[in-house]
Amino acid sequence: MSERNIEPGGVITEVVTLRYDYSLGEVAGKFMEGLKQGKILATSCSKSGLTYLPPRAYCERSFEPCDGWVEAAFEGVIEASTIIVRGFQGKRNPPVAIAYVKLDGIDSAIGNYVDDLDLSNLDVAQKKIAPGTRVKVKFGPTREGRITDFSFVCAE
Amino acid sequence: MSTNNTVAVLGTYQTEFKTHDPDHTFAEQAQIAAAGALKDAGMTPGDVDAIVFSLAPTYFMGVADADRWSIDHIFGAGKPMLRVHTGGATGGSAVQAAYNLIRSGMYRSVLVVGAERVAETPDAQDVLNLIFDVFYERDIPLSTNTSVGLWATSYLERYGYTEVDLARVAVRARRNATKNPHAHLKGMISIEDVMASRMISTPLKLFDICPRSSGSAAMLIGNMDMAKRFCSAPAFINGVASRSTTYWIGDRMTPTSDADLTDFVIAAEAATVCFKQAGITDPLAQIQVTEFYDPYTVMTPLQLERLGFCAPGIALRLEKEGYWDVEGGAVAVNPSGGTLCTNPIAVTGLVRAIDAATQVMGRAGTMQVPGVRNAVSSAVGGIAQFYNCIVFGDQPYGH
Repeated sequence: MSERNIEPGGVITEVVTLRYDYSLGEVAGKFMEGLKQGKILATSCSKSGLTYLPPRAYCERSFEPCDGWVEAAFEGVIEASTIIVRGFQGKRNPPVAIAYVKLDGIDSAIGNYVDDLDLSNLDVAQKKIAPGTRVKVKFGPTREGRITDFSFVCAE
Repeated sequence: MSTNNTVAVLGTYQTEFKTHDPDHTFAEQAQIAAAGALKDAGMTPGDVDAIVFSLAPTYFMGVADADRWSIDHIFGAGKPMLRVHTGGATGGSAVQAAYNLIRSGMYRSVLVVGAERVAETPDAQDVLNLIFDVFYERDIPLSTNTSVGLWATSYLERYGYTEVDLARVAVRARRNATKNPHAHLKGMISIEDVMASRMISTPLKLFDICPRSSGSAAMLIGNMDMAKRFCSAPAFINGVASRSTTYWIGDRMTPTSDADLTDFVIAAEAATVCFKQAGITDPLAQIQVTEFYDPYTVMTPLQLERLGFCAPGIALRLEKEGYWDVEGGAVAVNPSGGTLCTNPIAVTGLVRAIDAATQVMGRAGTMQVPGVRNAVSSAVGGIAQFYNCIVFGDQPYGH
């Protein structure tokens, strides 16, 4: 599409389409392979004792390479949450809930959708996913090696 | 103190801000600001030794790295020029870069200039989603709005506030902006109006969120020799500090985190350094005006608390009691209306600095607060990943 409205104060419209081939690298590649197998893999650093999700190649606290992989537990606690009501195309249709969750045994939180939540009343729904709420990991029926292969659901 | 260390604001300019500016191109906007600041300072392009260009992501306006496009327009050909980009903190970082260039003794005067047209694309949320990691985060609907939704939910939960408490911040900002000829959004609105505006990402509604603004701004900064030649009452840059923190917002939430997102640790750390440089030991007693970078209502109380204007968790209670009002308040918080009313991202931090500096210079026009000796500005970039703050004083303070 290219439109030209060339009088003074006019507008010329162009649509720019670009393709990118993003290199996964070793760490993200291993994480994505793990998702296909139904696992959430974190890296760990024996020097700092910290465990990272998303996994990191390097521990930013000890300045040493992360030297281990661990499977994250499928339960954890919401650290932050929001219900997105407007403003997005190309993802799931709003309203959708998202949360950052610290899975048990992991030192950082990872973000994803919160599913199986009644969003008809936003106040009620937001309280159900308030920070501090326990959640479980739920894998979907198809796993393609992307972060949305799993989501969170309230533990109770 | 040695006057060699003194860095002063000699002149400023900002356009009126609005959604679209169909009468000018990006580079012409930058030119209007550069020419305006030179005129304000009584300087010519020959008096400028170097240029710092304030330019955030160019996805919004669709010409990659548009600093190049602007070189001739801002009288930059033949001069050293560098671009600064720290997301929303860009304008504050640009002032810091210019300050450092002068303080180093390299240059006598530096023009900080930039322009923005955020609304050139209707796909702004898609552009903002691109700032997230492509492997782990981009598949979920993260943007600045939704990330700050996460942040605001945690803040309200931690300190026991409601959406109504946030709404008062927007009401005050829009009221303040009625005195600001440059502001994009302005007018008297009620708490009910904020509550009735459409929900974007809980707890943030449309009126809790800044507009997308087009316009430009510029500031001329110089050493003491230039101040003596060109400005009888400059604003002195007495403190400047910045901090950055991890890209991963999930690393800023857990018990083992270094820098808690909810409590905006980097703002406190930057302010401690900045205030020490400027001799500010009691912000509430010594600073009369703040110009915080506050594109979301929640970011005003956070900064008041983190910069030490009040204890953690009570800024919204004091908001209700009028502590942050221009008239009758303890400190005039964002007399311009702040970023909630005007957000030309690439120059917003610069506009905050201009609005703080002109208060100290007594040149803030209809926004002028009487008796301003010190004013603080701030700028925030990424998902609260970059923080910058600056203290302007009517007298130089050595550090």
